[in-house]
Amino acid sequence: MLIYQQSRTGRRAAAQAPLQKAELSGIPEAFRRKQRADLPEVSEMQAVRHYTRLSQQNFSIDTQFYPLGSCTMKYNPRGCNSLAMLPNLLARHPEAPADHSQGFMACIYELQEMLKEVTGMQAVSLSPAAGAQGEFAGVAMIRAYHDARGDDARTEILVPDAAHGTNPASAVMCGYKVREIPSGADGDVDVEALRKVVGPQTAGIMLTNPSTLGVFDRKIEEIAKLVHEAGGLLYYDGANLNAILGKVRPGDMGFDVIHVNLHKTFSTPHGGGGPGAGPVGVSKRLQPYLPVPMVAHDGERYHWLTEVDCPESIGRLSTFAGNAGVLLRAYIYARMLGGEGMERVAEYSTLNANYMMKRLTDAGFEAAYPDRRATHEFILTLQKQAKQLGVNTMDFAKRLLDYGYHAPTTYFPLLVPECLLIEPTETETREELDGFIDALCSIKQEAEEHPEQVKSAPHNLPVKRLDDVRAARELDLAWKPDNFN
Amino acid sequence: MSEVPNELKYCDSHEWISSVEAGVVTVGITDHAQDQLGDMVFVELPEVGQTFEIKGECAVVESVKAASDIYCPVSGEVVEINEMLADSPELVNDDPYGDGWLFKIRLSNEAELDSLLDADAYQAAIDA
Amino acid sequence: MPFIPHTEEDVREMLATIGAPDIEALFDEIPTALRCGKLKKLPQAMSEMEVAGLMSARANQDGQPVCFMGAGAYDHHIPAAVWQLASRGEFYTAYTPYQAEASQGTLQVLYEFQSMMAALTGMDVSNASLYDGATALAEAVLMAVRANRKSKSRRILIPRSLHPAYRRVVQTMVGNQNIELVELPFDTAGGHTDPATLAVFDGQDIAALVIPQPNYFGVLEEVDALTDWAHANKALAIAVVNPVALAVLNPPGEWGEQGADICCGEGQPLGAPLSSGGPYFGFMCCTQALVRQMPGRIVGGTRDLEGKVGYTLTLQAREQHIRRSKATSNICTNQGLMATAATIHMALLGSDGLERVAIACHANTQSLTQKLASIAGVEPLFNRPVFHEQVLRLPISADGVLDQLSAMDVLGGLDLSRDYPELGDAILVCATEKRTEPEMDDFQQKLQMILTC
Repeated sequence: MLIYQQSRTGRRAAAQAPLQKAELSGIPEAFRRKQRADLPEVSEMQAVRHYTRLSQQNFSIDTQFYPLGSCTMKYNPRGCNSLAMLPNLLARHPEAPADHSQGFMACIYELQEMLKEVTGMQAVSLSPAAGAQGEFAGVAMIRAYHDARGDDARTEILVPDAAHGTNPASAVMCGYKVREIPSGADGDVDVEALRKVVGPQTAGIMLTNPSTLGVFDRKIEEIAKLVHEAGGLLYYDGANLNAILGKVRPGDMGFDVIHVNLHKTFSTPHGGGGPGAGPVGVSKRLQPYLPVPMVAHDGERYHWLTEVDCPESIGRLSTFAGNAGVLLRAYIYARMLGGEGMERVAEYSTLNANYMMKRLTDAGFEAAYPDRRATHEFILTLQKQAKQLGVNTMDFAKRLLDYGYHAPTTYFPLLVPECLLIEPTETETREELDGFIDALCSIKQEAEEHPEQVKSAPHNLPVKRLDDVRAARELDLAWKPDNFN
Repeated sequence: MSEVPNELKYCDSHEWISSVEAGVVTVGITDHAQDQLGDMVFVELPEVGQTFEIKGECAVVESVKAASDIYCPVSGEVVEINEMLADSPELVNDDPYGDGWLFKIRLSNEAELDSLLDADAYQAAIDA
Repeated sequence: MPFIPHTEEDVREMLATIGAPDIEALFDEIPTALRCGKLKKLPQAMSEMEVAGLMSARANQDGQPVCFMGAGAYDHHIPAAVWQLASRGEFYTAYTPYQAEASQGTLQVLYEFQSMMAALTGMDVSNASLYDGATALAEAVLMAVRANRKSKSRRILIPRSLHPAYRRVVQTMVGNQNIELVELPFDTAGGHTDPATLAVFDGQDIAALVIPQPNYFGVLEEVDALTDWAHANKALAIAVVNPVALAVLNPPGEWGEQGADICCGEGQPLGAPLSSGGPYFGFMCCTQALVRQMPGRIVGGTRDLEGKVGYTLTLQAREQHIRRSKATSNICTNQGLMATAATIHMALLGSDGLERVAIACHANTQSLTQKLASIAGVEPLFNRPVFHEQVLRLPISADGVLDQLSAMDVLGGLDLSRDYPELGDAILVCATEKRTEPEMDDFQQKLQMILTC
C-alpha cells in the first residue's frame, strides 16, 4: 500500500513543523500557489511504520549475501556511518569560513593523500559525485590536455567491448566519438585489433583492469605503450580497484587519469542507488586540469583551491564540494584499515572469488574463462542450461532470491552469453560462500528435474516475477488519486 | 523458424522493403529481428518530410532490455509513418510484415534497390 | 583483520581447494615489474574507538556557529524519524534495485518520491534523482537541446541571477557539446530578470530559457511572463526551483499559459543535512511528452504474474547500460538514499507542514531584514519580494565583517563580491524556520557592534 492510500485530510505529524503559523506578508498573491500540493497527510507513527515495513521488503548487505559483480557489495562498517554523522559535521555549511572548517578539511586533505598513494597518481580531486561523473571529469581532462596543445585532430575514445555503459556515454558527453575494441578469447584486450585502430585520431582509451570479464589484463604494459606512442592517454575505470588494492597501482601500469568508486572499494554504502563518490587522480601532465574544489595545506592551515587557483581546471562538477558525507565515510574506513588492511582487501576478495570459481566449476558449472585466475570476481555462463533445459540466467537469478541470496550481476558484460558475474568481496565468511554455492547447485538440479519451479521464480518474495513490458508500455510513474477510486 | 516472405527485399541490418508503388516503398523490421529484440515497448519514428541517405539512422525500436537503431535501407523522403505504433508498439512483434510496418519512403534513387538482399540471401544471412 | 572474517584454517582449506600454495600465488597473472610493494605513506590501522576520538576532536574543532547562510544550502529542521529510517541497513546497504522482486522497498519509496515531486512541482513526471541541483540543471539543458526539435541553434539563455555555481557546473558539463550559453542581465533595482530585456532575442532560434524561482538573491522572478516568452519563441522553459518554496509559490507546471517544460532543482531542503555540501540530491520533473528524453533512473508501477501491484525500474532503454554511447546521460549511481530521506521527510511534513516551514522561513527572513536594516548603513539592495533570502548592502567591506562575525560564532551570510563585484559591499543572508528571535537579535547586536567599532 502506498503512503498516499493511508492519507486522511487534516491528519498531521504536528510535532514536525512550526506550531505557530506566521503570515506570508511579503509575497504578493500573483506569486502564490493556488492549490495545496498533494502530499500525503499521515501521523508520525503511520509514516514510521510504513517506511519500516517497506525497508523490510529489500535485500541488502546487512541482511543478505549480495555477490553483485562489478559492484563490490562489501560490509559497510557502522562506525563509518555514525562518525560521519557527528552533529558538527552534519551542521557544517558548505560555505563556512576557514576558521570553522579546519577539522573537516583535514579529513578531506588526508583522504586525497591516501588515494594518491594507493593509486600511484600525482594528484587527486575528490569532487566527482559518482563513478560516471569521475569518468566524465577524466575524459574532459584528456580533452583539455589535447586542446591546450592545439592537438584538435584527436576525435576518438577507444573503449573495450566489455566496458561499463558509462564509459562510452561519458566519452560522448565530452564530445568524442567512441570506437569499440574487441576482447580476445582469453579475456584480455585484443592487442592486434587495438594496433589497427589506434592513431593520430586517438584521444585516449578507457580501460577497467581487472576488466569486467573478471581477469587481469596481462598485456597492459603493451597497451599503454601502443596508446602513448600514438599520442593518446590512458583512462583507468576504478570499478574493480578492490581486486588489486595495494598489489599493483594504476599509476604504475601507465595510466594518466583514473577514477575510484569509493562506494565500492572504500566501502561507503550504496543507499539503494547512491550516493557514491568518484574521485579522480591524474599524472603530472594532467594535474592543471583537475576539477575544483580541492583542499591544500600550507604547512599550517588548510585552504580551498578554486577556479582562481587553478585557472586551467575543467571546472566545477557540483554546487559545492561533491558528496562530502560519503568522503568522510571513506576516510574513516581507510583509517580503520591502514596500509596493511588495504592489501588484505585485495588478498581476501581474490581468495574468496577463486575459491567459489573452483568449487562451482567442480560442481559442473561452466566458467567463461576457466584457464584464467579469477580476480575479485569471475563469470559463469549458463548457456548449456539455457539451451538444453530452457532455464536461463534470469531464471537462476530469480530462484536464488528464494534461497535468500541476492543474485549476481546478470547479462553483463554483454559479450558473454547467459552470464552470471559473481563478486563475493573479502568480508564474507567461507560458510556464507559455501551456502551460496550449495544453493546454485541445488537450483541446477531443480532446473534439470523441475524446470518450471525455476522458471516461475521467485516464489517467496513480496511479489512474484514482475511484468516489465507492461511497466514500459503503460507508463505509471506517479500516483494519481483516480488510480485507486 | 522466423518467416521471410519471398516478395520482399531485405538488408543485412534486418529491415524489409516492399516492392515499389508510385516511387514509394514501405519499410519495417523482419520477423527475425523482432524475435531477437523481444517485446517492443516503444518505436521512435522519423517525421514525415524528413530525408535520409541510405544507411542513415532513421528510427529506434525499443524493447525492455535493448534499443536498436533502424538504418534507412534506401535514400529518400519519408511520406508516411505508422501512427498506430505510438500506442501499440506490440504490432511490430505481432505482425512485422503487416500492421507493424514502420514508415513509407519516396525513393530518390531506385537503383539502390538492386543492392538489397532477396529472401533467400537474407535467410542465408540469418542462418550463418 | 578489520572486516575480514577468515581464520587461518579457512585460508588453508580454501587454498587447498583452489590448488594454490599461498594467497600470493593468486596474483601470478600480474606482471611482476608492475607490483608496487609496501605502500609506505599509508597510516597504520586504528580501532573504531581511536578513529572515534580523532573524528570527535575534528568535529569539535569546527564548532557549530549559528547559521544565517543560505546560498543554495539551507539549515532546516529534519524530523528525527527521517534518518533513523533512512539509515536502516535495508535501505542504507542495498544496491540500485536491479532485482525488482528483492527491492520492492526501495522501488516503492522511489515511486512515492516521484509522486510527491510531481505533486509539488505541478509537473507530470519525475525521475528518481540526479547528483545535485547544479548537475540537474546541466542535465536539463542537455535534455532541452535533445527534445526541442524546432530549434537548431543549441543556444540556451541563462540569467545572471541564477546561482553562480550552477552556471559554472553547466558550463563544465555541456561545454564540450557545442552548446552556447548566453547570460541574461538582472535588473539592478529589483534583482530580477526583467522580461522586457528578452525583447532583443525575439524571433531568434533559442533552444531553452532557464528560469530560477526564487533566484540566487532570494528574489521572486516574473515566471509567468518568462515562461510565455519562451513558448512564444519556440524555446523550452526550464524551471530551477527551491522545493520548500513550492509549498507556497506557484508551481512550474502552472507558470504562464502552458507551464514549464522541465523543472529541476536542489533537493537538500527536503531532509538532507548541510553536511559540507553533500550528499544532497538533484531532482528533475517534466511533462509527459518529454519523459523519454529524461536522464536517470525512473521507477514505474506494474503487476506481477498474479496481478499484484509492484514496482520496477522502467524506460531503461534511455540509460547508459543499454544505450551506451547514445544514452540520454552517463549517470548510473544517483542519490537514492537522499531521495529516500526526502520521501520520508515530505510524508512527515505533509503539505500543511511544508507550508508552515516555508512561511516561517519567509517570516523569519522578513524579521531579520528589519532588524539588520535598522543599523545605520545596512539596507536591502533590491526592492522586489523575496522568499527566504535577502541581499543587504553593508557600509564597509563584507569579508572583514563576516570574519569578525564568524569569530563570534555567527555565520552572517555570504560575501557577494566574489561573484557579483558590481553589487559592491553586499551579503546574502537567510533565516530559516530554525532561527529564533534571540538568535536574530544577537546577530543584529554583533553586526551593530562591528560596524560601529
